[in-house]
Amino acid sequence: MTDTTRISGSLRNRLATTLIGGAAVLAVLLFVVVRGYAAQIAQQGQDSILAASASSILDAAIIRDGSVEVDFPYSALSILSTPSDDRIFYAIYRDDTLLSGYESLPRAPFDGSATTAFTTTDFQDDAVRFISARRILVGENLRTHVSVVVGQTQDGLTLTLNRISRNVAVFGIGFFILAALLSYWATSITIERLTRLTISVTRRGPQDLSPVIAPMPVEMAPLVASLNTLMDRLDQSLNRSEEFIAEAAHRVRTPLATVRSYAEATLQRVSKEENRQALRSMVRAIDESSRAAGQLLDHAMITFRADHLEYQDIDLVELVTEFVRSFSPLAEMKDIEFSLHMSPPVHIAGDPILMQNAVRNVIDNALKYSPCESIISITVSAHPNPRVIITDQGPGFPPEQLNTLTERFTRGDNAEGTVGSGLGLTIAQDVALAHEGHLELSNLPKGGACVTFILSA
Amino acid sequence: MRYFYLIGMMLCFVMSGAVFAKDWEEQHLFQAPNHTLTLRVLSSTDTSLFAPIIDQFVQQNPNISVEYLVTGTVDLYDTFRQNASDFDVVISSAMDLQLKLTNDGHALKISGVSHPDWAQWGQGLFAFTAEPAAIVINRAAFAGRRKPQTRQDLILALRARPEVFRGKIGTYDVRASGLGYLFATQDARASETYWRLMEVMGSLDAQLYCCSGEMLDDVANGTLAIAYNVLGSYAHARPDALKKIEVIFPSDFPTTMMRTVFVPKETSQRSAAVSFLKHLILPSTDVSDLGLFRVPFLTSEPNDMGQSMIALEPALLTYLDVLKRRKFIQAWEDAIIQPSF
Repeated sequence: MTDTTRISGSLRNRLATTLIGGAAVLAVLLFVVVRGYAAQIAQQGQDSILAASASSILDAAIIRDGSVEVDFPYSALSILSTPSDDRIFYAIYRDDTLLSGYESLPRAPFDGSATTAFTTTDFQDDAVRFISARRILVGENLRTHVSVVVGQTQDGLTLTLNRISRNVAVFGIGFFILAALLSYWATSITIERLTRLTISVTRRGPQDLSPVIAPMPVEMAPLVASLNTLMDRLDQSLNRSEEFIAEAAHRVRTPLATVRSYAEATLQRVSKEENRQALRSMVRAIDESSRAAGQLLDHAMITFRADHLEYQDIDLVELVTEFVRSFSPLAEMKDIEFSLHMSPPVHIAGDPILMQNAVRNVIDNALKYSPCESIISITVSAHPNPRVIITDQGPGFPPEQLNTLTERFTRGDNAEGTVGSGLGLTIAQDVALAHEGHLELSNLPKGGACVTFILSA
Repeated sequence: MRYFYLIGMMLCFVMSGAVFAKDWEEQHLFQAPNHTLTLRVLSSTDTSLFAPIIDQFVQQNPNISVEYLVTGTVDLYDTFRQNASDFDVVISSAMDLQLKLTNDGHALKISGVSHPDWAQWGQGLFAFTAEPAAIVINRAAFAGRRKPQTRQDLILALRARPEVFRGKIGTYDVRASGLGYLFATQDARASETYWRLMEVMGSLDAQLYCCSGEMLDDVANGTLAIAYNVLGSYAHARPDALKKIEVIFPSDFPTTMMRTVFVPKETSQRSAAVSFLKHLILPSTDVSDLGLFRVPFLTSEPNDMGQSMIALEPALLTYLDVLKRRKFIQAWEDAIIQPSF
């Protein structure tokens, strides 16, 4: 059955991939967002220090005797010291005239009436953050704009950002690994319920079609309910088939027996030779039909039972002895003698109905093809495997057909004139195969067929 | 075409000649035995102080000659500004000017030098000495009297005997000397005492000098009784003068300068210049050699040393600001240059 199951993907893999993929996406998102946020905060930090520096320079600006003096404090520039020794630039302007500081610094344009403005530009081969700040100075007869530009390279900022990035990356990777482990664990416990159900169904005996009663998660409940319904229907269907076969056998055989007894009775009363001939043909045909029906039903029974054998302890010797006894009247009619070679009981585990069918058909076959006044030899032995060997003194099998005789409805070319359906050996072989054994056909050197029914040890 | 080439050659010759033609305070060539290249070292430090360490360098690098050029700190700054590519190493005691050159991107970044963080800036400017400003007194002028240990003591001593000290007090002319300006601004930043001291010195007709060396000479020969904000290291380099003078490091607050060095980005002899710089800032651990070096090198216990130093940070640019400088010089001149009666 498993060979024919079509596989399309794996629930576990799909679940794990989805969860781990989701974790990876989340980790990357986390990294990008936190780093972006950190960059923003770090930039705000630098900006606020630049703003403090610029405003402390501006605050020191005064007008004295018509000229602008800016006696800014030492701290105005010392607050710009960073561990990575960022370079600083500044310039002080009165209106648009440079009073002191660096020449040609970029001056960020003021937005409307804003007093500060920021810009980041390349200056002397470095990315530099510049702040522009301005203030109006009012003297006695004077009103003038003083503005400053303060700039700082961004090495310290980059250093901070790199450190944050590293930390966030480590955090993200840790988060991912944890999420991956969690996903694996979650997937495992989810799939485990399915595995447990599979094992419990697989381990059932062949006759066990009872519903699964273990408690199931709500998602699996519909599947288990369907499975239970299916098994219930299967159980009912099997029971019906069994009943049907028994019923059919009964219905076909009983009327045939009645017709045969009428025909026999009529044969006693009729004296005209051509009528007696016709009646004998009729009895033969009825026998043939009866056998064929019996064998067809036997075969159907085997096909049906082979999938779920009902093993019981069977003594082969007893089984064979019983059939020999029941076939004895028939044998006596043809003066055939059974020669039995068996002494200790040979116990096997097998389906009694099937074994009976097999042995009956083989003995029946031997009887049919044996000439009058011959011997049928039956040997039951336990070594090397349990086996029943039946030989007769009939015409034997056509050698070229030894391999095909066990096929359904195949009869030997030399079987003309003998009643038969071609199912006897097929039934025997099917039963042997169902019990992991096989059927061997051969011809004896001095004539006669040999059928060996071998079971597994 | 050939003419252009000739003219170019001549121009080059003339231009390089122009540099050589500059009047240096001192100019000395340390000739290497297997000379292949010459490092031009621009310095504000007297040759005699550095000769031992440069000799040692030339011994260890026998293919590198060193041309040692000395000028004042302010002139050094201007000279370098004009011809940055003419020099391979720049050494100066004016930390603020050196820091400005570095801040303006002239210093080559040298990574992989393990130097205390406070003694270097931006991996370009490296400090290698610690030289406190000192009060130098003529022993004779203070015979039998208590020697001033603080600036306050000095003010009191000056006020006590103005007739003795009139015209016999010396200090840096901060307008001419970069180091003098640095000491003055740092003093002013540290304490208001500085201005009172300048007032007193001004009232006693203080003499103004360009350089520590000359002040020491004049204290030694008795022309001066006291010199304020002199480099003590120069005094220790003159053992004979030490008999007549005494070097006092004020105990109220120290003002300690660090001599700094950088390799200009513009140099064409980077590796030689860098090895010279490393030789300077990582003086061989051979202690016996240290005696040779007449300047106090940074030692290996730098952490507590860092506290008293003038911090090597961009804030040094503050007093280089034109407006700030103008105002400071104004105040300083008002204090120290007073009409004599």
